[in-house]
Amino acid sequence: MSSTEVLMAGFGGQGMLLAGKLLAQAAMAEGREVSWLPSYGPEMRGGTANVIVCLGDEPIGSPLIRHPRSLIVMNRPSLEKFGPKVRPGGVIVVNRTMIDVDVGRDDCTVIDVDSRAVAREAGNERAANLAMLGAWVGATEAVPPEAIEAAIDAEFTGDKAKHAATNRATFRAGLALGRTVEVTP
Amino acid sequence: MTTTTAPTTSEASTGAPPKLLMKGNEALAEAAIRAGCLHFFGYPITPQTEVPEYLVKRLPEVGGVFVQAESEVAAVNMVFGAAGVGVKCLTSSSSPGISLMAEGMSYIAACELPCVFINIMRAGPGLGGILPAQSDYHQATRGHGHGDYQVLVLAPSSVQEAADLMLLAFELAEKYRNPVMVCADGMIGQMMEPVVFHAEGAGPPMADNDWALTGCEGRERRIVNSLYLAPEELHAHNLALKEKYDRAARDEPRWELYGATEGYDLLVVSFGTMARIVKSAIDELTDEGLRVALFRPITLNPFPYAACRDAMDALPRDGKVLDVEMSMGQLITDVKLAAAGSREIAFMGTAGGVVPTPDEVAARIREELGAG
Repeated sequence: MSSTEVLMAGFGGQGMLLAGKLLAQAAMAEGREVSWLPSYGPEMRGGTANVIVCLGDEPIGSPLIRHPRSLIVMNRPSLEKFGPKVRPGGVIVVNRTMIDVDVGRDDCTVIDVDSRAVAREAGNERAANLAMLGAWVGATEAVPPEAIEAAIDAEFTGDKAKHAATNRATFRAGLALGRTVEVTP
Repeated sequence: MTTTTAPTTSEASTGAPPKLLMKGNEALAEAAIRAGCLHFFGYPITPQTEVPEYLVKRLPEVGGVFVQAESEVAAVNMVFGAAGVGVKCLTSSSSPGISLMAEGMSYIAACELPCVFINIMRAGPGLGGILPAQSDYHQATRGHGHGDYQVLVLAPSSVQEAADLMLLAFELAEKYRNPVMVCADGMIGQMMEPVVFHAEGAGPPMADNDWALTGCEGRERRIVNSLYLAPEELHAHNLALKEKYDRAARDEPRWELYGATEGYDLLVVSFGTMARIVKSAIDELTDEGLRVALFRPITLNPFPYAACRDAMDALPRDGKVLDVEMSMGQLITDVKLAAAGSREIAFMGTAGGVVPTPDEVAARIREELGAG
């Protein structure tokens, strides 16, 4: 598989850093090279948080990507900030639960996900981040879905173990949605 | 995101050490324990706070000691004390905090005590900002406290290398009875990458020695002291320190040569985070048919002068050298010393937490080669 990178952005608390970690964990388990670079600037409560995950078969050079191939975006401020930066031909997964504006990128594959509805139906409204991650994995096939599910099980242990099943279910619902989308490179 | 004290493994262990996904700060902290360090004294500061955050949970699990000091000045003097009684010890800070520790470093080096400092550099001067920078290069390799002393400085370029150099740092500290600094930046500290620890569990304690203050019952007392009022004695002490630093300069330089190593028209010199961005640029330029190499010092002190000069001498007569750093002309001091006037050194630098992209570096290299 070729190298790629995805920028995941949203409000702090929307789970983008965790979604990125699960992706990095899954790709690493598949023997791939990965980097996970969070924004750690002076942010305020309720501010934006983002992470760039790079996947490759060679050691990752620069982990900081100004023009990523993919964007998973949870809120409008992040779409306005990062939407224009996605490479032409890229993939943008848009959280339609919170974003009602046009993405304005006819040169990219745009995947609309009502993340809260998908998560609620799968049994865990708080797993909206995994609906988004699932849609991206379904569309891009960047990592095997089973590897993400294994990473979810490894992440949700102890007191959090009871959430593993619904997180996996939400991821799979997003995955099914993403698989219906044809990505035109 | 919370740090985990027991990082999840990539797969069930099959005998080989597991591959873990960790932040650079966490990998440095875990590697210190693997090196046998069970004593940490520090004070929080962004972007290195995951080091103490990790150790405050992990050290008690292995019978270690964690103290959050009331300030950096207190922390460095606690390190002074712990090093004096012969235990492997560590402190960690970021740029402004390292400045506060400067006096203590001079005393520790003067007393020839082994210990390790982590500096996760942020942008300066003054309080500056919290984003990555390399602007403490001069401070690490020449600056901090007063007097004729040196600190050995190691500069990782990835999370794996951060872990590996942490083991080396404790080894060199003990070998030379001297402070060693692992000097990274906010990007390496905050980033997660796969890391494998080849050493299992907590490492061995400091070897038996004839200098640690362990209680003198039944033997001659030992003295840890940096005051020499007689000029001849202080002169001799400085000569002994110099002999030690000369030995390190001869035996310890480490570096990497990357890219078109069999023949290149431009040599970039860069370290740490900046060097891996340069690698991406070089990969892009190699695909275009340009011949570019990277010389990456891994030891900033001792700087690998001879190897750097050899790398320059392998250039054709009209070849170029480009220094690339996230500071305003600090690494270039050593590149010029290596060149010793034999070549012009071009400079590309950023500051303030601005991290150049591979495209920006590649554009500058094309310009230098007249290949724009």
